[in-house]
Amino acid sequence: MKSFKKLALTAMMTGVLAITAACGAQGTEGNKEQAGEETKQLQGEIKIDGSSTVFPIMEAVVEEYGMTQPGVKVSVGSSGTGGGFKAFIAGETELSNASRPIKDEEAAGLKEKGIDFTEVKLAFDGLSVVVNKDNDWVESLTIDDLKKIWIEDGTTKKWSDINPDWPAEEIKLYSPGADSGTFDYFDEVILDEQPIVQKATLSEDDNILVQGVKGDKNAIGYFGYAYYAENKDSLKVVKIDGGNGPVEPNNKTIESGEYAPLSRPLFTYVKNSAIKDQEEVYDFVKFLLENAATLSEDVGYVKLPEADYTKQLDTLETLK
Amino acid sequence: MNLINHETVVKRMKSRLSKNSISKWIFFALTMFVLLILGILLFRIFSQGFGYLDLQFLQSLPSRKPENAGVYAALIGTIWLMAVVAPVSLLLGVGTAIYLEEYAKDNVITNFIKVNISNLAGVPSIVFGLLGLTVFVRALAFGTSVLAAGLTMSLLVLPVIIVAAQEAIRAVPNQLREASFGLGATKWQTIVRIVLPAAIPGILTGGILALSRAIGETAPLVVLGMPLFLAFLPKTLLDSITVLPLQIYNWTGRPQVEFHALAAAGIIVLLVMLIIMNSIAVLIRNKFQKRY
Repeated sequence: MKSFKKLALTAMMTGVLAITAACGAQGTEGNKEQAGEETKQLQGEIKIDGSSTVFPIMEAVVEEYGMTQPGVKVSVGSSGTGGGFKAFIAGETELSNASRPIKDEEAAGLKEKGIDFTEVKLAFDGLSVVVNKDNDWVESLTIDDLKKIWIEDGTTKKWSDINPDWPAEEIKLYSPGADSGTFDYFDEVILDEQPIVQKATLSEDDNILVQGVKGDKNAIGYFGYAYYAENKDSLKVVKIDGGNGPVEPNNKTIESGEYAPLSRPLFTYVKNSAIKDQEEVYDFVKFLLENAATLSEDVGYVKLPEADYTKQLDTLETLK
Repeated sequence: MNLINHETVVKRMKSRLSKNSISKWIFFALTMFVLLILGILLFRIFSQGFGYLDLQFLQSLPSRKPENAGVYAALIGTIWLMAVVAPVSLLLGVGTAIYLEEYAKDNVITNFIKVNISNLAGVPSIVFGLLGLTVFVRALAFGTSVLAAGLTMSLLVLPVIIVAAQEAIRAVPNQLREASFGLGATKWQTIVRIVLPAAIPGILTGGILALSRAIGETAPLVVLGMPLFLAFLPKTLLDSITVLPLQIYNWTGRPQVEFHALAAAGIIVLLVMLIIMNSIAVLIRNKFQKRY
């Protein structure tokens, strides 16, 4: 028994050493690659926080940026849009990611602290309304249908309430949690700030919603386009009729704005004084705007039209 | 006269024996059930994550491309966090326990404090996150640093350590103390040379449980606003860090299945760290247990 213990311990300690050694080897590698760069090397620290929806885009941008400017220490958090703005108002961050436009009270809080900011649009996300693969009756829904399905009115919603030809079975609803920017956006566009159906399953984790809709023939749910794109084979997307005929969400319709009103822009808010005073912030935002198009598509979002990026780059120059 | 009716005894014996063996099998089944769940969990994590687990995974920063992503920053961050949490929480916790058990008078106030410490152990971790955000991040202006995170985590696990250390100190036989006093030792000498060495196995058990909790907590760190992606490593206590549970949490929320596998690989790394920590503590415990 005792020798077994000793053996186990030795194995574990070897493991620790291996990990430590592996970590030690990392340090030098990163610097070598940079030696050939001809761009001016900047130093400094940039703190970013905010929406978890925007996080993957920022992560990708920072990853690429680190290769050209290894001296700039960028940290990205994911406290959610609201939490990010709180830190932004407290002056803890230079950039604040948001999956909805800034609210009036947040803007007022910034004004009170004397923080001027600029809104930067990064990409589009198309909120996708999905149903179960076995659902063979729903092809498209109008905005009014969505309102009928999602707003609480005290009754149990059945598919036949929306269209008499559809089965008289209860609709099971799956929605992102009330803290998410995704919910905020849906709340504004569809719910008109009325309460959501009480029986709806709310989850902060969109993968749970995907599983929920996959597993229930009468389910309907909505979430970011990337979650639908990853599960195309097992979910059925509903075409949305915003008044000009049913439109299916895809990269083309979302970018052109045809998929309305459920395509939403993703933002980051930048502190103006940071652009002016810290060269690395200016440089980072410039890099961000130059690369947001490719990198946001890489992580599953939809790029803005080219002109939007150039226009924002011009605005950036005026802030410098 | 026959005091014992052998016939009845034989009749009852059968049902007693069968009750005995039934209960044995029930408890065996319960144990197996728990083990089965653990087994399924481990199997799922290992089958999902093993493919991503290699040296490159340990040496890389997070990336948008799953094949390039790794836990390097999070792993180093977790080690830094433990380097703050372990000394702070053990010193404060054991110190408090010694005071409460050895020095404090047994009165209403002491009892009130003891009850409240036990209650604190049950407070949801997110509350400690809010406390840390107000006190360490904002008021003391540590920002989202190793120090702020470490102190918050220390507060979170402190009640567990105090209660465990109290129990361990209380379990030291009073005769040992009396013998020490009898030889002319002061209270402090008795505590350092007699009580603590005897109580160390119990204190360590509590300490390990507490640190294991600290290493796996996500909620308070999310509240503190700890960054998720860092392209650099901490050099001082005031630098930002990210830790393994945050990284895992982020990966599980991604739409792409590959990131879920990365999360599983991250969980394996976390498990290995836990096993290493636990085994070191078990070793220290065994060393001290031999003395008494």
